[in-house]
Amino acid sequence: MKIVVCVSLVPDSTTKVKVGSSGKSIDETGVTYIINPYDEFAVEEAVQLKEKNGGEVTAISVGTERSKEAIKKAFQMGADKGILVKSDTADNDSFTVAKNLASAIKELSPDIIFFGKQSIDYDGSVVTGMTAELLGLPFVNVVTKLELNGNEATAEREIEGGKEIVKTSLPAVFGAQKGLNNPRYPNLKSIMASKSKPIEEKPFLNERKTEVAEMSLPESKGQGKIFTDGVSNVPELVRLLREEAKVI
Amino acid sequence: MNKILILAEAKENTFKSNAFEAVSAGKHIAEALGTGIDVITITDAPAEQLTTLGKYGASKVYHLSLSELNSKGPAGIKYSHSAIAAAAANFANANGYEIIIISGTSFGKEIAPMISVKTDSAIITDCTGYTVNGGKISLKRPSYAGKCNTIVNYSSGKAVITLRPNVFKAEVSETTPEVEKITPDKVNISAADFKSCVTDVVVSSGKLDVAEADIIVSGGRGLRNPESFKLVEDLAAVLGAATGASRAVVDAGWRPHGEQVGQTGKTVSPSLYVACGISGAIQHLAGMSSSKFIVAINKDKDAPIFQVADYGIVGDVFEILPAMTEEIKKLKV
Ligand SMILES: Cc1cc2nc3c(=O)[nH]c(=O)nc-3n(C[C@H](O)[C@H](O)[C@H](O)COP(=O)(O)OP(=O)(O)OC[C@H]3O[C@@H](n4cnc5c(N)ncnc54)[C@H](O)[C@@H]3O)c2cc1C
Ligand SMILES: Nc1ncnc2c1ncn2[C@@H]1O[C@H](COP(=O)(O)O)[C@@H](O)[C@H]1O
Repeated sequence: MKIVVCVSLVPDSTTKVKVGSSGKSIDETGVTYIINPYDEFAVEEAVQLKEKNGGEVTAISVGTERSKEAIKKAFQMGADKGILVKSDTADNDSFTVAKNLASAIKELSPDIIFFGKQSIDYDGSVVTGMTAELLGLPFVNVVTKLELNGNEATAEREIEGGKEIVKTSLPAVFGAQKGLNNPRYPNLKSIMASKSKPIEEKPFLNERKTEVAEMSLPESKGQGKIFTDGVSNVPELVRLLREEAKVI
Repeated sequence: MNKILILAEAKENTFKSNAFEAVSAGKHIAEALGTGIDVITITDAPAEQLTTLGKYGASKVYHLSLSELNSKGPAGIKYSHSAIAAAAANFANANGYEIIIISGTSFGKEIAPMISVKTDSAIITDCTGYTVNGGKISLKRPSYAGKCNTIVNYSSGKAVITLRPNVFKAEVSETTPEVEKITPDKVNISAADFKSCVTDVVVSSGKLDVAEADIIVSGGRGLRNPESFKLVEDLAAVLGAATGASRAVVDAGWRPHGEQVGQTGKTVSPSLYVACGISGAIQHLAGMSSSKFIVAINKDKDAPIFQVADYGIVGDVFEILPAMTEEIKKLKV
């Protein structure tokens, strides 16, 4: 099987976000970067499929030199090859990322493609669906279970209050949600083996349709009314919720 | 400027508040741009349901019957996201809409990227605000798990916009809509558009889901064991609320994943969010900090949850939750 997984490099989720001097992106000083957590589910699913059916897993990222870190993490988890579509800056918009991913994926004509359901930096939840559409392939996002049967796939997709059972034919694109699998911890052997795996660089095309005009921290709520006398404050709290906030 | 198209989602043949929010927000944006809105909906909802969209400002509703659409695809399916996206996009292309607004529910999030590519539009998702200036719309959206807000402009002429549910008000502005039926042939749908087909929808428990609730009562590790979530459920019951949970208790297997609020769970914006025995880790805040009112109950006065709380009590959940439940019961009699 030819399997592709798209991985993004993002600031660690505990990062204290500060706005950079441009006012349009975050201040990168002191930020630790990690593979997007949802992309780990995508890599795990790709590697498990390879282990079951044989084949090859290619991890693709669009970004600066730094994004090789995400590909290397995929290598440690068992991906075989990497492609970096190399851009000068990290702040590409979703459409540009999808366009570049689609053209890199097209050359490989894979049987199946995995994404994460969402990146934890821009939080767009759109690159997966756009890439699929640009490739003319079926896609299912927020997948918590996937079964393949020959040329057919059955996915479970998380929705409000339940799940959908979605059928597609292959090749298809799937966006991984927590629950799909348990991403493995790389062992020493796989870390050593990852060092010799190749990363090919590809030229990048800027196709942006959106610009960030401004980035700002949310206004702080100001100090709330916090009572410290325990249970005796309950009647007052309930009164405020009813009369002041008017929410109950 | 051309009219704005709103895609109104109907769930099981009824419109929920998110559809009305999208119509209302669309109407405001259209007014600021000096244009109007049209609505498209793909559903088997009866005629009287379709006209409810008028209450929120839709004067024209284009209706495509879901079962007629499905008749073009494989037998026995509930619906197909790809076919619905194709129908909406083909309709928008044929009629020259430049802006398409969709509520960012799980359904909206699935179809919006497909529609944006098919209509050659920019896409801006999960918007929580907008401004209109000189005929251009700027969208506000949270990023980095709500740790910052970005203002996004688009340079292409066209845009698909999804709105975070529960953020925009559904404002009543009585109109009686004209409903016009459209057919699958009119929007050029063929079997090839049925790329992904939903064959079944499994409802997890019949319980109200956090993503749709107006009030949420959530519990964390402070509840100490799965049994004491009864206290959270009791309070939720008197408030007509959904129950939510922190990741710590979901990972421990005390609560189902569907209840998890936060970065790896659901993002919610209810009117009231009550956090019980939850410390307020940044990943939890990511999922709930846009709630309108936040109440925190925690025995540690320095717990970070108090920094985002509008109201709070420093104290023991085992005493405070039953007392709150009783106090609220008194209001209801
Ligand atoms: C990549 C990543 C993603 C994550 N995603 C999520 C997510 O989606 N959602 C999420 O919630 N977390 C998420 N987390 C985990 C998060 O960092 C916290 O570990 C988690 O939210 C803590 O849960 P908690 O508040 O229930 O537990 P704790 O942090 O242990 O807090 C328990 C609180 O209960 C209070 N308490 C104890 N006893 C009582 C009592 N009797 N009465 C009143 N208060 C009491 C304590 O003072 C404490 O503040 C994520 C972490 C990572 C690294
Ligand atoms: N720069 C990127 N390079 C490779 N894959 C990406 C990139 N950005 C996003 N993705 C993929 O698209 C998914 C959804 O991202 P987003 O639409 O930004 O939420 C991620 O989980 C990744 O799998």
